[in-house]
Amino acid sequence: MIPGKFEYYRPGSLNEAVALLSKLGEDARPLAGGHSLIPLMKTRLATPEHLIDLSGIAGLKAIEHEGNALKIGAMASQFELIHSDLIARHIPIIPETSLLIADPQIRYKGTIGGNVANGDPGNDMPALMQCLDATYDVIGPGGARSISARSFYNGAYDTALKSGEIVTSIRIPIPPIGHGYAYEKLKRKIGDYATAAAAVVITMSNGHCQTASIGLTNLSETPLWAEKAGKHLVGSTLDSASVSLAVAAAESIVDPASDMRGPAEYRRKMAGVMLRRAIERAKSRAKA
Amino acid sequence: MNQQTPIDIERSERTDKLQGMGCKRKRVEDIRFTQGKGNYVDDIKLPGMLFGDFVRSPHAHARIISIDTTRAKALPGVIAVLTAADLKPLGLHYMPTLAGDVQAVLAEEKVLFQNQEVAFVIAEDRYIAADAIELVDVVYDALPCIVDPYKSMSPDAPILREDIKDKMVGAHGPRKHPNHIFEWQIGDQKATDEVFSKADVTIKEMFVDHRTHPSPLETCQCIASMDKIKGELTLWGTFQAPHVIRTVVSLISGLPEHKIHVIAPDIGGGFGNKVGAYSGYVCSVVGSIVLGKPVKWVEDRMENLSTTSFARDYHMTTELAATNEGKILAMRVHVLADHGAFDACADPSKWPAGFMNICTGSYDIPVAHLSVDGVYTNKASGGVAYRCSFRVTEAVFAIERAVEVLAHKLGMDSAELRMKNFIKPEQFPYRAALGWEYDSGDYPTAMKKAMEAINYKQLRQEQAEKREAFRRGETREIMGIGISFFTEIVGAGPSKNCDILGVAMFDSAEIRIHPTGSIIARMGTKSQGQGHETTYAQIIATELGIPADDIMIEEGNTDTAPYGLGTYG
Amino acid sequence: MPKKQISLTVNGRLVEGLVEPRTLLIHFIREQLNLTGAHIGCDTGHCGACTVEMDNMSVKSCMTFALQADGSNITTIEGVANPDGTLSALQEGFRMMHGLQCGYCTPGMIMRAHRLLQENPNPTETEIRYGIAGNLCRCTGYVNIVKAIQYAAAKINGTAFPEAAE
Repeated sequence: MIPGKFEYYRPGSLNEAVALLSKLGEDARPLAGGHSLIPLMKTRLATPEHLIDLSGIAGLKAIEHEGNALKIGAMASQFELIHSDLIARHIPIIPETSLLIADPQIRYKGTIGGNVANGDPGNDMPALMQCLDATYDVIGPGGARSISARSFYNGAYDTALKSGEIVTSIRIPIPPIGHGYAYEKLKRKIGDYATAAAAVVITMSNGHCQTASIGLTNLSETPLWAEKAGKHLVGSTLDSASVSLAVAAAESIVDPASDMRGPAEYRRKMAGVMLRRAIERAKSRAKA
Repeated sequence: MNQQTPIDIERSERTDKLQGMGCKRKRVEDIRFTQGKGNYVDDIKLPGMLFGDFVRSPHAHARIISIDTTRAKALPGVIAVLTAADLKPLGLHYMPTLAGDVQAVLAEEKVLFQNQEVAFVIAEDRYIAADAIELVDVVYDALPCIVDPYKSMSPDAPILREDIKDKMVGAHGPRKHPNHIFEWQIGDQKATDEVFSKADVTIKEMFVDHRTHPSPLETCQCIASMDKIKGELTLWGTFQAPHVIRTVVSLISGLPEHKIHVIAPDIGGGFGNKVGAYSGYVCSVVGSIVLGKPVKWVEDRMENLSTTSFARDYHMTTELAATNEGKILAMRVHVLADHGAFDACADPSKWPAGFMNICTGSYDIPVAHLSVDGVYTNKASGGVAYRCSFRVTEAVFAIERAVEVLAHKLGMDSAELRMKNFIKPEQFPYRAALGWEYDSGDYPTAMKKAMEAINYKQLRQEQAEKREAFRRGETREIMGIGISFFTEIVGAGPSKNCDILGVAMFDSAEIRIHPTGSIIARMGTKSQGQGHETTYAQIIATELGIPADDIMIEEGNTDTAPYGLGTYG
Repeated sequence: MPKKQISLTVNGRLVEGLVEPRTLLIHFIREQLNLTGAHIGCDTGHCGACTVEMDNMSVKSCMTFALQADGSNITTIEGVANPDGTLSALQEGFRMMHGLQCGYCTPGMIMRAHRLLQENPNPTETEIRYGIAGNLCRCTGYVNIVKAIQYAAAKINGTAFPEAAE
């Protein structure tokens, strides 16, 4: 459980970090909280020759209100997300999800950037970001660009990031006041990755659902934005029949692995159960 | 609450003053543990100490074609790399197990379970050792493996233990198959079969007490330090039974026992995992003897979980025969015991299946028969008594579940079925059909008290109501009620029945009173969290009238503590 | 590979060391600083036996490189007793409420509880249980650990904790 050898750098600026990553190429990895990467390095499943510690770069933790969105620095920790008044006020589904990630110690170090960028299908933030239609700001040797969360994930550990690129911030449109939300996560124990999890954000008006967005975690090689499932809810009163259609649509797109969390068929069913519960809770929170 | 007599009050004051038995004494161990001043094996540092780490097999069953240690030896900071070839001339490539088998210290021609030890690297520090284990090149030829104990004795099963394949008689009797370890039987088979053939009602269920791991928070570790000038070995380690380890190390190393000093310091949990001897201990000892320097070995969690002794792994086909009215007439049990690649079971030597024959439990069952077949599979060896005495948890699980199944078949409340079949107070001392003599007990009263305390009748009613509501679709919540009546043999004795490798099982204590009135007391037991330093002092305080705070309790150093068989728990 | 110099504050004292980039903080603390209170239980970031307090955060030191701690302020179990040497409220609580058996998880538990009580000086039982979710114990079953933390919180806040009298 001792990592292999590597060189360590702690650049003081983004440009320096990008230059290092570009120069050192495939053998270099950025280091954020380290609580996904370091365990892999200790088992030597990951053996980067160079680690670029991003913690020395100022300005990557800011949480700001920018237009009609919140802009969250990639190095903001889960703890900081949970304790941000701004986030609690505007996008409460974020702290709800953060509190279900790992444990208190890991939440002190684990960052939102790390959680969204490494492409681990087990992470909770990616599906949530897709549900919220977030955008990732990225900087690399080719300059700055933005990538929608919904187009970011290609496969397990396979994202749209090009060599040398780092996620610097995440921009999330603020859902309307009075929106309903819930993140429901089934897990074997506290701190575990999801057996199945669902993020739901809805708005209601006169008892009818106006908008609905659903994200599903750890039910495929990538997070899933269940667009069709969401559409079944729009216009309905979130009655039993519409919810069942949404659940069926969600179950039809998941492709969970059979693993220690259960056989695929079980996890598929649990996806439906989590979605149902999330819709129920979102509905109870929605105003009008 | 009874009125306290003057004598009661006097006794209670005495107890409080002495901090003796019956008062709530705060643990003395906690003073150092809460300050991070415990002294666990990995806390110990010796000058010149080297660090050992294992090269392990990725395969569960394979032939070793070659082992090339050249690259590892060339790494700066690597002092030595041991393989079976180095241990064989010393007769140390195998070590005896506590169950009469032998276990590979380093794999010679074959590996028999995933992560089995193949080579031992000794380096200047643990980081270099971790690099060096990746530089040992082993070529394997993978073989089909057995992980289902039911397949171990198939006619076409691959032979696992080629080292003993010609031995048709094992430590516990004849072997039916090269992958068979022992068959152990007790009870009256003929009489039992006869009762079953005529009984009103019978039940038969397979209960699997699956393989678990004791997983103490501190893994297994040791430091071996050979003083070549004095010819003496000091061995610190996570040893629940330090004296037994000293005896075993003497037997396998050839060093005379009086020149071996074993010290078990603070241990971070044992639960049975730290009773037996592991390859890490042997390789550290050999390394230290060869190099004349201390060698430390600390396993990581994956090594602990995948290679050190597991618990349970008993597949129990359990049958009860009864009358229609619910009187149990006979019990018949067959156990398939999966011991992994080597039988390293930590049971008293005459009991290859531990005390499984306590499986008639708390009930008056006139005839019974138990047979246990132990088999080899391609898994880590063992097992141990995890948090319980030898195989008793397995036995109690079998009988208690069987009673539930029988109750269900008879349509009878299972508490009522138990009451009908308990050994009655007037039957004690009671000789059970499978050999144990129970000295005393009043099971019906205990059961009644428990049932009253939880308002059992009310719970059953609540359960019935919930079931009805569930059937009507009014609720998704139903309720289960579990009962287990546990009759346990605690401690391993008497000596005539229980020995470990011929060492009769007993315990010892030595109390020395100093001229100024304080005490040092040493025992052959070894706490891994049980709080002996606090509680033994309370017992001595009450008996001798010297305050517990003036009594020092010491365990774990084989030079000073009298011989004992350790503490299992 | 050349080692790197680090400089940090540990238990109020400035310490310096030479480490490889891959040297884990837990090993730096245990082997170079000889502070062996923090323990390695699982080495995979689950058990929390290695928990220390770093820059006002509870951190699993087996999941952190020593280099990442350069310039930081660390408190270990060896640094939490009162200045006069008496046990801190938490240390006393663990002893009074029998919150330990083998003691191996205890330093990590106390360090985590130490931070928890700063995050939330008056936690409910549920908040305590969630608050120590990153620390495992194989001996006690957690009930007395929770009570130990409740004892400490009451002592620090000057409120009563009825169970302490038992």
